[in-house]
Amino acid sequence: MLKKLAIGAAFALALAPVASHAAGGSGHVEDFQFSFEGPFGAYDQNQLQRGLQIYTEVCAACHGLKFVPLRPLADEGGPALPADQVRAYAAENFTVYDADLDEDVPAKPVDHFPANTAAGAPDLSLMAKARAGFHGPYGSGMNQLFKGMGGAEYIASLLDGYTGEEKEEAGTLFYENTAFPGGWISMAPPLSDEQVEFADGHDNSVHHMSQDVAAFLMWTAEPKMMARKQAGFVGVLILTVLSVLLYLTNKKLWAPHKGKKTA
Amino acid sequence: MSGIPHDTYEPKTGAEKWLDSRLPIVGLLYNTIMIPTPKNLNWWWIWGIVLAFCLVLQIVTGIVLVMHYTPHADMAFASVEHIMRDVNGGYMLRYLHANGASLFFVAVYIHIFRGLFYGSYKAPREITWIIGMIIYLLMMATGFMGYVLPWGQMSFWGATVITGLFGAIPFVGEALQTFLLGGPAVDNATLNRFFSLHYLLPFVIAALVVVHIWAFHTTGNNNPTGVPVRTGSKEEVKKDTLPFWPYFVIKDFLGLAVVLVIFWAIVGFMPNYLGHPDNYLEANPLVTPAHIVPEWYFLPFYAILRAFTSEVWVVQIASFVTGGIIDAKFFGVLAMFGAIAIMALVPWLVSSRVRSGRYRPMFKWWFYLLVFDFFALMWLGAMPAEEPYASFSLIASAYWFGYFLVILPILGVIEKPLAEPATIEDDFDAHYGEKSDAATPAE
Repeated sequence: MLKKLAIGAAFALALAPVASHAAGGSGHVEDFQFSFEGPFGAYDQNQLQRGLQIYTEVCAACHGLKFVPLRPLADEGGPALPADQVRAYAAENFTVYDADLDEDVPAKPVDHFPANTAAGAPDLSLMAKARAGFHGPYGSGMNQLFKGMGGAEYIASLLDGYTGEEKEEAGTLFYENTAFPGGWISMAPPLSDEQVEFADGHDNSVHHMSQDVAAFLMWTAEPKMMARKQAGFVGVLILTVLSVLLYLTNKKLWAPHKGKKTA
Repeated sequence: MSGIPHDTYEPKTGAEKWLDSRLPIVGLLYNTIMIPTPKNLNWWWIWGIVLAFCLVLQIVTGIVLVMHYTPHADMAFASVEHIMRDVNGGYMLRYLHANGASLFFVAVYIHIFRGLFYGSYKAPREITWIIGMIIYLLMMATGFMGYVLPWGQMSFWGATVITGLFGAIPFVGEALQTFLLGGPAVDNATLNRFFSLHYLLPFVIAALVVVHIWAFHTTGNNNPTGVPVRTGSKEEVKKDTLPFWPYFVIKDFLGLAVVLVIFWAIVGFMPNYLGHPDNYLEANPLVTPAHIVPEWYFLPFYAILRAFTSEVWVVQIASFVTGGIIDAKFFGVLAMFGAIAIMALVPWLVSSRVRSGRYRPMFKWWFYLLVFDFFALMWLGAMPAEEPYASFSLIASAYWFGYFLVILPILGVIEKPLAEPATIEDDFDAHYGEKSDAATPAE
């Protein structure tokens, strides 16, 4: 058994650097504490709603969410907006092209968030899973093993990582950023303090808004996370009970063939 | 089955006799499930069941995934997101399938190393071993092509790099690569043929698994002592063995259930840990990822592939002798496939007359070093191709070949093996203590 544990540990150690290496680059990613980290983590509904507001008012100007339908904004385990608010949100903010009418009409919950390639900015639907975050301590990957790959940490670190320095290269303006690999990013600092007013008067500093929108993007990337973790719990529980039952069955089955253990 | 005397199925009623004289399927199933199995098998023998489970899991989840997946370069990535977001339970199906591949390879590696330690490849089980190696090779092909289907960045660039290996073959390489890709570069045609083969190969594997089982049912299982089952009479067989059902079925299911607790926790709580974040970016032929890293289960052989650069003297000699036909790239490809092929040849490389590593005091340590070497190569495969990793990779690759080509043949000559137990029964009793009342198999 000890040998098996040792092998298991060796596997984990061998695999850890694979995942941690996936972070790539050399930017500094801060180990933000998100509510959805770890096996017991859950999305914070209010945070997702604030993140949605920030995305809508700021990010949507350049970034699309083309893989994300509007409908699950009403889902339990997501922002959980009331159905009528989802309808109103879709209609007020987005239009879709209707081929029959040959014109743009207000979006409905069955539609997706629109794609947005106008500024050449990447689509954000899956960004929180397409980036790795804090992979310490000491590059061991243990943080990712227990808390997830940390794409949201990367996004929050990036949004909160502008130093204010700028430089121009070949006619393009670059902004210094402590999280971005290479240190210089072409996206201008998108957030400023008190830029978005929350209805409940929640803290709207860049530091907090970065985390809110990062949490929202984690949800757009992994909308079924809560259901998945629940399935994980139920499955682990059932399989553990099954293991115990099989252990007892096996013990009883073999007992007549085994003498008193002497070794 | 044939070699070990045991009770066989005898049709009793008229209906049974009628069926048995036309199709002896009940007898086949009975003899398969009741096969006498060495009763001293330890927990390293559970991985066969885990592998069988993996194959079924992958085929079942795969068939349902195909119902919702679109094998087209413009739509594949979006269809995977459709599975993750819109299909009922689709996220579990996909995570089970993706992580199921990892479980499959964990199991196959333990299964292979178990065979290497206990000498399961030695006569008369060479055919079982070689069939197993072919299955492993097909698993690698299937796993690789499956990773291409989501059409993410790693899918695309992994396919580019790996098919590029075939392009390194002298003279025919370029034509072969074009044939594999269905065009000059990875594109829709590549995705389509990989999809087709990814669906086909698991059924080829399933057929080979039947042959694999048939082969070792003919020779009987190996066991931790390597001492064969006594086959003088049914009574002798009963002292060394117990029937597969129920003894080993229940034991294997216990092992499987424990493994599945861990597997399910990975699927439920950290399904992306073994994947690569870049594969959540849609494939883009114009943007090359900073590091192209294969799936973890290819890393040891990927490290061997990269170890042989043009600065290595072996490569330079090979290049000089062949007039440049074998360049560094082709040498690396040969080394990678050679590292796998050499495992298939192990029955003829081992010189020791003792089968099990348990009674080989020197072999043991070289074997543990090989296991360490395997993990070292896995780690090195994930590191960038620069110093000091390049030198480590070369040393680790050299040990891999040295183990099979030099150490195994020599050990049998210089090593003084320990005494093996006379029978399996002795080994079993030595571990569990002798029964005071004569052992009567409960049947």
